[in-house]
Formats: sequence, structure tokens, C-alpha cells
Amino acid sequence: MTKLNLNMITQRSVEEGAAMEKGKTNPDYFEACSIIEMNPEDMKKAGIWVNSNVRVTSECGTVVVKCIHATQYCPPGLAHIRQGVWANQVVPPRTQSTGTPQYSGFPVTVEPAFTEERKTALQLVQGAVGLWKKGGN
Amino acid sequence: MPKLITQVGCPYCGSSCDDIEVIVSDDNKKILEVHNACIIGTNLFMHANDPTRPKLPRMRQADGSMKEIAYPEAIDFMAKTMLAAKKPLIYGFGSTNCEGMAAVARIAEKSGAVLDNCATICHGPSFLAMFDNGYPSCTLGEAKNRADVVVFWGCNPMHAHPRHTSRYSIFPRGYFTSKGQMQRTILSVDPRQTDTAKLADIHLMLDQGHDYELFDAFRTVLKGYDIPDVVAGIKKETIVKAVDIMKKARFCMIFFGMGCTHTDGRNHNIDAAISLTRDLNNYTKCSIMAMRGHYNIAGPGQVWSWIFGFPYCIDLSKGTHAHMNPGETSSVDLAMRDEVDCFVNIGADAGAHFPIQAVQHLKKHPFITVDPNFNMASEIADLHIPVRIAGVDEPGVVYRMDNVPIQFKAVIDGLPGVPSDEELFDMVYERMCELTNTQPVWIAAKEDRKHPANISAVNEA
Repeated sequence: MTKLNLNMITQRSVEEGAAMEKGKTNPDYFEACSIIEMNPEDMKKAGIWVNSNVRVTSECGTVVVKCIHATQYCPPGLAHIRQGVWANQVVPPRTQSTGTPQYSGFPVTVEPAFTEERKTALQLVQGAVGLWKKGGN
Repeated sequence: MPKLITQVGCPYCGSSCDDIEVIVSDDNKKILEVHNACIIGTNLFMHANDPTRPKLPRMRQADGSMKEIAYPEAIDFMAKTMLAAKKPLIYGFGSTNCEGMAAVARIAEKSGAVLDNCATICHGPSFLAMFDNGYPSCTLGEAKNRADVVVFWGCNPMHAHPRHTSRYSIFPRGYFTSKGQMQRTILSVDPRQTDTAKLADIHLMLDQGHDYELFDAFRTVLKGYDIPDVVAGIKKETIVKAVDIMKKARFCMIFFGMGCTHTDGRNHNIDAAISLTRDLNNYTKCSIMAMRGHYNIAGPGQVWSWIFGFPYCIDLSKGTHAHMNPGETSSVDLAMRDEVDCFVNIGADAGAHFPIQAVQHLKKHPFITVDPNFNMASEIADLHIPVRIAGVDEPGVVYRMDNVPIQFKAVIDGLPGVPSDEELFDMVYERMCELTNTQPVWIAAKEDRKHPANISAVNEA
């Protein structure tokens, strides 16, 4: 399988904001944020199909998200995960001594993960702190 | 009969739209319709109707489940936990009113906490640049009435501030801009072709993370010097053309956002942007504004600067004076270095919006969330205390992104028994004073405050 090296940015989108205000456990939030937007050329290079799952790995974490064609054009080499729970699984906490983590412009690898499932927001966050139980709390 | 409430403020983004109309049910309990707001604001108001909204604090039990407890018990737990901690961290305030921010300052001082707000992971670098280089800014009204060239640098208001372009920056007809969009030239600087960039006359699609070079190139051209053929992936001709447009503007307005503060360079990008604004003022009028994310995220900057002298990253653990040094006293850095031993998350969601490693560090210690709704921070917290929603069932003062204060109103009655942020923090403060055998000090800006009921009697006692 080909691993792609990409530059990752995580920023707002109106879909994310609208879904967040319905609640972060709402299915809309899951659909709005657990996706990666990429350039079709990059997807072809790594053999990734539209709407299939990919694994994104950075220096400090990894997450499975669904890959779609960028809704707002991304040039080749750049990828975008909407701000939120999934993006923050891979955002490096380094701050260049300003307090602000590296939310944009950090290197990631993206590889196809057709057989893997996306996790829910609760699964990711509660899982990270050892609170996740099947079926939720 | 349902009632129409006009001139309602929207408690979502930094545009703080104050022209929302809400239709509420006869008994003042339910929001039926929301007019004028964007989809995000509409969802926010409608979400307040959610019958599953928490009405009682919830405490985590030994088996990991959450159990509902009474408010006095929750207040006692919060007061004791914060007093027991050597260095608690209080973070959030993206979504509360200024009254709540002033009230929490008393708790922070009492417990020797670090007081931080969402700016720390957002426009914190902009503050650093403003300290270094000044902030030649204006109000959004001036931008609307005067700006004929508008630059969106690393920001995407069509998504993050959906009504910003129609109320202030691209479409509205102002006093000197009576032709609206026809009269304005829009420049967008963004590595993606965002929906804002699609509205722009010129989109400079720079290489991601090269904002500083491009700002520098703009300044170099403006001062009449030559630049390389390509800077940050943008052709020289395009840069020269963009600078020419800005230079010939009657009033040039630069909006900048997370594209500058989240990437390499951080405060240095903003520093360069402010310098560019200053340089442009040699030729025309130019102003710059940070696209603040939340409706009242400029609030803590105002309130705490007034109380402590600093807008964010305020370390009060010394007990004698406030100390601010982002990188040292900022939430994410404190978390990553394990320097805090209690975390209080108020009106924000650190669980979802901090890098997950920072959350893991914070969760090693007591974790308290104060929020009207369920969110990621509430679902990993040891204690979740629900409060009223500022701007929906609790009125209050908020500061818009241009630091203009606006009085927001409540449109529905709050859930019975659920306090506002201000009331909750005042009760926690009182409990802290009881526990430490000290007299509470109430310096209130208004006499009609809700808690304690009779303030002059308390002060005289």
C-alpha cells in the first residue's frame, strides 16, 4: 500500500459549526468532522477511493477518517480535516512558545484503510482517557 | 400566543449579529422560530429546546458512570477541589457573558489558579503581536461604511462567520460604500480555494505556512523595492497588482484569522500584518482586525485586562500579583508539562478542541466541566455542572470581535433551578470563603446583581 506524505491543516467549516450546535454526539457532527478532504490527484496516487476510509498518522497520533474530494479546493500535497475531535487526534501539541498548538501545517502520512471503521467522538475522547465502555456511559 | 422578540443577539461567532428575531412560545419556555440567523445560530437557539438538556450536576462514580447530584454538593466539591489543588487551571469562556468572566476571576484569585481563555488556542499569537507592534484597528461599522478594499488573510468567514460578509465586509451598502459589493474589491489569501476565496476578485493561493514571506513581499513592494519572481508560490505580478489595489484604496481593511495564527510563524505573521497596515497608512487609510471566533471571546480580554492587566494566560498562583507568559502559563503548555493539578473547563470544550495528548495529561487530575450542554469535556469530567445558556436563557454583556460591547438578552426562561455562570461562580466563591474562614470581597459593577441578593448588606456586615 502506498503511503502519502501530505501537509495537514485543520480549520473550521460551516457544516462542522452547524452540527456542533446540535451536539457533539449528534450523527451530523460525526459525518461533518470525521472526514479528510484531499486533492483527487493525491487520492489517485495512493489508490484511495472517494468515500473510503483512510488512516492519517502524524508525529503524535493516528486516526481513521473518511476520504472525500475537497469541498473547497485543496492543491495537491495539502489535506484538510475539519476542526474537531478527529482532527485533534493528530494535531501536535507543540506551540512554538505561544500557547497555540500546531493546528495547521504539520506533516502527516495518509494510507488506505478500507477495512477499518471510523470511531465515534465519544469513543475517541473517552478512549484516550480510559473511560470508554462499549455502549457508552 | 407566540411572541416575537426582535434585536436578539446571536451567541455563536465573533460577528455577534444583533438583528436576530426569535419567536417564542406563550409560556416563554420554547423557541419556535429563529429569523435572520445563519444555520449555526439557528441550530444553537433550537438546541436550547432539547428536552435532554442537563438540569442537575453529574458526578462521576467509582465505576465510571455519572450520577446526578444536587447543586450545593457540586458547589462544595468544586470549591474544595480547587482549594486543595496547588495550581488549578481554569480554561474556556468562549461562550459565557462578561458577568460570568468577572465572577470567575474571584474564584481564580482565591484558589491561586491559572486563568486562561480560548484565545490561547486561537488568537493568542495575535495578542502577542499586538503587545509588540500595536493594533491599528477600527469597528466593524467603519469597515462597512468606509472600506472599499477588503483583504481576507488566512480566514474564511463564509464558513466560520457566515453573516460577516453580508453584515460588515463584502455585501452591505454603507455610508461611503453605497454600491455595496460593486464598490468593493476583495482580496483573499488562502492556501485553499475556500468559499470566501471564490467571492474574491483576486485569490492569492499561497503555499501553506508561508504567510510571513508573503507579508514581507507585500511590504517590500509597497516600499518600492524589487522582489523575486515567485514568493510563497505567488507570482511577482500578482503581488504587485494586489499591493497596487491596496495602495490605491480609499480605505483598506485587512481581516486575518486562524490561517495566520495556527501555522508556523504564529505571532510573527501577525506582526508582519500589523506592520503592513502601518506602512499602508503612509499612502491611504488602512485598518486591521482579528476575526475572533466566538461571540464574546473578546470579552475575557477586556474583563481580565481590566481586573488583572492581562488578557489571557494569567497565572495567579503566586498570590501576590498576576503573571503572564504564553508558552509558560498557557493551557496547552501547562498541560503538556503536567504543571497543573486540577482542570476547570467553562463554556468551551477542551475535550474536543485541545490536541488529544493535552487532554490525556489534564485528565490525570480532577476535571470539572461547567457547560449548559453535553460535550466531550463533560463526558470525561469528574463533575459536570450545567448552567444557563448566555444569550438564550441568560442575558449579559458581550464584546464583539471589534471590542464593541453589546447587551445580549434572554429570549426564554431558564431551566428551573439551573443557575447562570455568574451565580454559580459567586456561590463557589462564597463556599471557598466559608472553607477558608475569610470574608468575601464583593466589588460589583451593578447593584441589581442576582447573587448575593443584597450586596450592600453583605459588604457592611
